[in-house]
Amino acid sequence: MISLAGRDILHGWVRFLMTGFGLGLLIGVTLSMAGIYRGMVDDANVLIDNSGADLWVVQQGTLGPYAEPSSLYEDSYRSILGMAGVARAANVTYLTMQVRHGGGDVRAMVVGVVPGGPGEPGQPGFLVAGRHLTGGHYEVVADVKAGCALGDTVIIRRNRFRVVGLTRRMVSSGGDPMLFIPLKDAQEAQFLKDNDMLLQQRRRTAQNPLFNRPGVPGLLDAIIASQTTSVYVNAVLVQLKPGYAPEAVGKDIQRWQRLQVYTRSQMRTILVDKLIATSAKQIGMFLVILSIVSAAIVAFIIYTMTMAKIREIAVLKLIGTRNRVIASMILQQAIGLGAIGFVVGKIAATLWSPFFPRYVLLEPGDAIRGFIIVMVISVLASILAITAALKVDPAEAIGG
Amino acid sequence: MLGNGIVIEGLQKRYGSGDTLVDALKGVDMQVAPAEVVGLVGPSGSGKSTLLKCLGAVIEPSAGRMRLGEKIIYDGGWKIRDLRALRRDNIGFVFQAPYLIPFLDVLDNVALLPMLAGERNGVARKRAMELLEALDVGHRAKAMPAQLSGGEQQRVAIARALVNHPPVILADEPTAPLDSQRALAVIAILNDMARQYETAIIIVTHDEKIIPTFRRIYHIRDGRTHEEAGEGKSPHELVKTEKA
Repeated sequence: MISLAGRDILHGWVRFLMTGFGLGLLIGVTLSMAGIYRGMVDDANVLIDNSGADLWVVQQGTLGPYAEPSSLYEDSYRSILGMAGVARAANVTYLTMQVRHGGGDVRAMVVGVVPGGPGEPGQPGFLVAGRHLTGGHYEVVADVKAGCALGDTVIIRRNRFRVVGLTRRMVSSGGDPMLFIPLKDAQEAQFLKDNDMLLQQRRRTAQNPLFNRPGVPGLLDAIIASQTTSVYVNAVLVQLKPGYAPEAVGKDIQRWQRLQVYTRSQMRTILVDKLIATSAKQIGMFLVILSIVSAAIVAFIIYTMTMAKIREIAVLKLIGTRNRVIASMILQQAIGLGAIGFVVGKIAATLWSPFFPRYVLLEPGDAIRGFIIVMVISVLASILAITAALKVDPAEAIGG
Repeated sequence: MLGNGIVIEGLQKRYGSGDTLVDALKGVDMQVAPAEVVGLVGPSGSGKSTLLKCLGAVIEPSAGRMRLGEKIIYDGGWKIRDLRALRRDNIGFVFQAPYLIPFLDVLDNVALLPMLAGERNGVARKRAMELLEALDVGHRAKAMPAQLSGGEQQRVAIARALVNHPPVILADEPTAPLDSQRALAVIAILNDMARQYETAIIIVTHDEKIIPTFRRIYHIRDGRTHEEAGEGKSPHELVKTEKA
C-alpha cells in the first residue's frame, strides 16, 4: 500500500516544509526556554564547584553571600583555621555592580579574593589565558563573557585594574560575568565613600566632643582611620582536610564561632531552590504556554489541510477506503509536521543559543523529552482533523 | 463475475418525517444485464442522484430490494455488513468531474483501489497500467492529474472505476464537462469496457448528444422509473459523424 500521507506531503512539499519551518521556530523557542533554565541551574552548580569550598561561613541568620547580604570580620578566618578538620580558609567578598570597560558599562560580579594560586578557596579554578592574581592591588582576572582581553583596563569605582588573566564559565547566579580582584581592593570598592563624604565625615567626627577630647591626643586620628578602612568580608570559604565530614565541621564552626555555615549541598539548595525558583516558575509557565500554542498551531494546520481535501476524502471513502487508512494519513501528516518542526527547532535552538546573553544548556535528555512531547502534541492535535474527516459523507462525492 | 447484472425492485427512499416527509423514490424497478449500458435520464429533482446513492450503497433505501448478481444486498435493510468493501469490490464510480486524487500520479490513482483491496503494489500497478493503455492514456501514467486534459482525466477516472473489475459501474453525468466529440469518445470507451469486462453500466445524463447511443433508457420522474427503448446508435459511428 502506498503512503497517502507521504504522497500528499511530497505533492505540496514547499508549503509543508514552510509550515514545518514556522512551527520549528516556535519549538526552537520552547527548547531554548528549557535550555535557559538548565543553564541557570548549571551556572549555579558551576559557581559552587568553582569556588573550591567545602563550607561557606557567613553572618549569622543569613542565607550566605549569593542570596543575602552578609558581613563578618575579616579576621574571623583565623579562628576558623584553628578548628579541627579545616585545611584552608580564605576571606571573600561579592559585589554585583557596573564596571567600566572599553568606554562602556559591564554588569559584573566583582569577587574579592586573597591573591594566590589555583586551588585556593575562592580563586578561579582554571584560566584560559594569562595568570592568577599575584599582586596585592589593581589586577583583575575576568571571565571572557565580560568582553575583556589580556592587558585591558577595567575601572571599578575610582580605581583602574589591569586584566592579567581570563577565565571561562565563571558567572554569578544572575548570569553576570565574574571579575576577580585582590581582597583589599574589593573591600575598598564595596565600602568606599566619595571624597566629599569623607571630608564631611571627618568634620562631623572632629566636631563630636566624645571623639575629639582635649588631652587625649591621637584619639581623633584613630577614630577617623577606623572609619575609612573596611574590616568586613562577605564570607569565609573553607576547605576541609581529607576524612572530615562537612556537616560535622560546619556544626563545630557554627557552635564555637557563632556564625552561619552552609555545606556544598545546602548552598546548592539555596541557589537552585530559592534564588532561581521564581525564574524557573516563569520559564515553566512559558513552556506550558508555548506547548499549548504549538498544539493549537499543529491542530489548526492539520485541520486546514484536511478540510482542503474534503472532496478527495469523500471520494476515497466512496471507493472503499477504510477509516483507519484516512485517519492514518492525517496522523502521519501531523507526526511528519511535528518531526520537521522538531528538527528545525533543535537546529535553530543550537544555532542561536550562543547569542543569548545567558548560558543556554541544551541537554540531550531535554531534546528527547521535547521530541516525545512534540509527537504527543501532534497526535493530540490531529484528533480534531481526523474526527472531521471521518464525518465526511461519501455521498458528497456524488453530489446531487 | 456477476451472473445477471443488477436488479432493483420497488426501491423507495423517504427523507424526513411528518410534515417534512419527502418521497424521493416511490418504487423504482430497474434491471441492467452484464455488458449492458443503460441511460438514466430525468429532470432535476426527479430522484436521479438519490437512486445513484442507493445503488452505490452510500445511503440506505427505505424499502425495496437490490440484487447484485446472485447476491442480495438490500431487502428492507442492508444484507451486507461491510458496505465499503461492497463498493470497493463491486461498484465503480465515474463522476461528472473526474475527482482524481491530486497528490497521486495517474498510475497510482488507478492502482489505489486494488491496493486498498489488499493487492500487492506491483500487481496493482501492472493491472492499472494495462487499463490505462487500453484507454489510451498509458503514456501519461507518471503525470499528475493537474497535467492532464479534461478528456484524459475522465479516461483515468474510467480506468479507476474499472480496475477492480466491478460488476457495476455508476456514472453520474460523465460527459458533462466535455465537448460532443470527447463526450461520445468517453461513451464509446464505456461501451467497449462494458463488453470487455461484462460490466453493467448505468449512466445518469442530461446530455442530448449521448442519449441516442443507449439501447435502453430509464426515465425517472417523481421518484418512479419508466423504461423505454433507445436508438442504440454506435458511439464510434457518431464520433466519426461528428468528426466529419
